[in-house]
Amino acid sequence: MKLKILGMGCAKCSKVESNVKDAVKELGLDATVEKVEDVKEIMSFGVMATPALVIDGKVAFAGKTATTKEIKSMLEIASK
Amino acid sequence: MFDWLYVLMKKLVENVFGLSLDTGIGDSVHFFFYDSVKIIILLGFMIFTISYIRSYFSPEKTKEYISKFNGISKNVMASFLGIVTPFCSCSSVPLFIGFVEGGIPLGVTFSFLITSPIVNEAAFAILWASFGWKIAVLYVVMGVVLGVVGGIIIDKRKLEKYVEEYVYEMQMNRPDIEELTFKDRINFAKSNTLEIIGRVWKYVLVGIAIGAAIHGWAPEAALTKYAGPGNPLAVLAATIIAVPLYSNALGTIPIAEALLMKGVGLGTAMAFMMATTALSFPEMVLLRKVIKPKLIANFVAITAIGIVFIGYMFNGIAHLVI
Repeated sequence: MKLKILGMGCAKCSKVESNVKDAVKELGLDATVEKVEDVKEIMSFGVMATPALVIDGKVAFAGKTATTKEIKSMLEIASK
Repeated sequence: MFDWLYVLMKKLVENVFGLSLDTGIGDSVHFFFYDSVKIIILLGFMIFTISYIRSYFSPEKTKEYISKFNGISKNVMASFLGIVTPFCSCSSVPLFIGFVEGGIPLGVTFSFLITSPIVNEAAFAILWASFGWKIAVLYVVMGVVLGVVGGIIIDKRKLEKYVEEYVYEMQMNRPDIEELTFKDRINFAKSNTLEIIGRVWKYVLVGIAIGAAIHGWAPEAALTKYAGPGNPLAVLAATIIAVPLYSNALGTIPIAEALLMKGVGLGTAMAFMMATTALSFPEMVLLRKVIKPKLIANFVAITAIGIVFIGYMFNGIAHLVI
């Protein structure tokens, strides 16, 4: 599973990054987590609000500080 | 609306702490407890309600709504949508690109960018708690007016060439973002409320504590003389001091409330608040990625002049609304 966190380095984006890492660890998933800060790449996903999470090329959420719990349920759905 | 709380806290201060409200310390302690509880109740309520409304307005939808209007009504729509669309300064760049790429004129995009940070639910709630709903509503109206007028000026000045070229070449994909259910929206509102309160409560309490001290002790005559509506430079000074304070903005409102009771002009307090939220260094640094310094300078100058103007106006009409 490939995870991308889109954000230009604000506090909320780092919060989401650590929540995603926690979620991956707690679920024991085999996933790569990458942080995307380049605005062109962020825009290529079509999101207009950050932080956003991309799971295997699909935007899972945009513009909210999702909790570890919320991210876990998204990852569980995506990994099925 | 909060008379019951005032009486309750008066009882607490007089009977439990054994302090009289006629003394400086009793007055300060009462102000602290009364204001803290009142602000926390209003903050929770307002943020939850507005967050729920916001769950209906994603930036993608906002962009669609705006495109349906023409002329000045486009600016007005952009400003109004700026109130309800979730926004944080970290999203300003993708949002800017998304708007421009979607064919929304530069001036209209700025109408949105000016109003959005000024009018936020937390500021609205604290203004309501401190100054009453009339002032809170006036603040929102002024935020919209500033966005509309600022956007129109930027449009008239033909500044499109100061947008970085690559922005116009950008192609966006249209993601299919799922429709939220009622439960999703309630959850969104709940987590947003907890997140914002978790972030701001420290500043607000410190602000209330300083406000309480001012309330009990500050010399009224000196404050009225230097920061009252009679001093024309006060609004200007308040705007300049406010810019570097950014994230602590909300803590400044209870201070402003206490100062107001001591004779500081309402417009001065209002200009201070608007400037803390509207103009922030982190946002300018981020915007530099998409627009050139000249356009940033225009944005800052127009917004700052507008805020100073609004400050003077509020000082002029304060006696009508308080």
